[in-house]
Parts: sequence; structure tokens; C-alpha cells
Amino acid sequence: MKFLEKSLVKIDVNVSTPDDAIRAAGKMLVDGDLVEGEYVEAMVASYHKNGAYFVLAPQIAIPHARPEDGVKEASVSLVRLTKPVVFGNEANDPVQLVFALGASSNMEHLKILQKLLKLLNNQNNVKRILEMKTYLELEELLGGINL
Amino acid sequence: MKILCVCGLGQGTSLILRMNVETVLSELGIEADVDNTDVSSATSERADFIITSNELAQSLEDHAGKILIVNNYFDLTEIKQVLGGCIN
Repeated sequence: MKFLEKSLVKIDVNVSTPDDAIRAAGKMLVDGDLVEGEYVEAMVASYHKNGAYFVLAPQIAIPHARPEDGVKEASVSLVRLTKPVVFGNEANDPVQLVFALGASSNMEHLKILQKLLKLLNNQNNVKRILEMKTYLELEELLGGINL
Repeated sequence: MKILCVCGLGQGTSLILRMNVETVLSELGIEADVDNTDVSSATSERADFIITSNELAQSLEDHAGKILIVNNYFDLTEIKQVLGGCIN
């Protein structure tokens, strides 16, 4: 399981469309050998098919696809967008944080979602991620919430 | 009582919602059978309540269960209000 490790987090990514935002977050999972390239395109395709329901909270999108679309290991990456992007979710647009989820079919999937919940259920953590200047601050945050 | 959490694929988002719904139900002291699934399977599955996002609610209009909409999946207070308002 790889959860928001340093190589999976990029602060200040400049994109102008939801597709590019999803691809930017997905590319880090591909580069980390955690998902196949086709998984990233499956995330984009799912967005086009099902809409922006995965914008789960104000400013937060969690794109994902199915395990059989090419997941090698349960994983979560993050890109923080320089300029917020409108995904088409009335309640929660625009998006600034994109957490790409490599959804595995084993128990690690549950564990990684629990980590994500613990992090994002706390509004103060979200605020700190939106404002952080370096990865170190996220690292501190992850260490401090006892995952 | 059966509660179904629904998302587009039935594996990521709906599971996140289910985990927080289960947390809220236990805080409220409500016992329920909670499950998660994708939007196309949900139409044929029996449930008293369906919890989903505004974006997917339209596709579930024909379901016999009552549809509840949650906007912020990470806001336990909102989930508690939505659930507490109609489940006793």
C-alpha cells in the first residue's frame, strides 16, 4: 500500500480541465508502478460516463476506476491545483485537491480508504493541505493523526 | 432497515460514504444493514433508504426506497443531519 508518499504528492500543478487534473494525479500512480496507464484513462472515462459525483466535498475530487482496470497496488496520490478547476459538481466545485485512488480488490483497499477518511474527515487537515508550502507539512500531518 | 450507499462504480466513493454512514449510525444508536453498490445495480436492489450524491440521484428516482442526498461525504455533521432527519 502506498498512501500519499513523497513521490505521490505534487503541490501547485497547473491544469485547466478536469481530464488533465485526473491525468496529472494518475500519472504519479503510473510512475510509481502502482497502476497501469489504462487505469488512468479508465478514471477519465468514468468521469465522462458518470459525471462529477466523485467531487466528494468542497474542493476535493477523488477520481478512481475499478480494480480490474489495471491496479497493481492499493494507492493514493495527490495533486494540488494552482488554479481551481470546475468539474461540474454543483455543491462542491471548484476543485483544488485531486486525490487519485488506485482501488485494489483486497483488504488493503479498505485500509487505505480508512486512512483517507481519517485525514479528510477533519476540516483542519484539509485547510492545512490547501495551504501547505512543502510536502514536509503533509508528512507531519500524516504522522500526527495516527493512521 | 436496509441502507444502500450508491456511487458510479460501487467500489470507491460509495465505500467511503458507507464507512461514514456506519460511524454516524452507531453514534445515533441506530441499527441498520448498510451496503454499497453502483448506480446500475442499485435499481434492482431492495432498500429502505438510498444515500448518494446529487449528481446520481436523478438516475435513481424510480427506486422504491427514499433517496437521501449527501453533498459533503467527509462532513459527519451533515451526514448525521441527513440521516437523523428521517430515520428514527
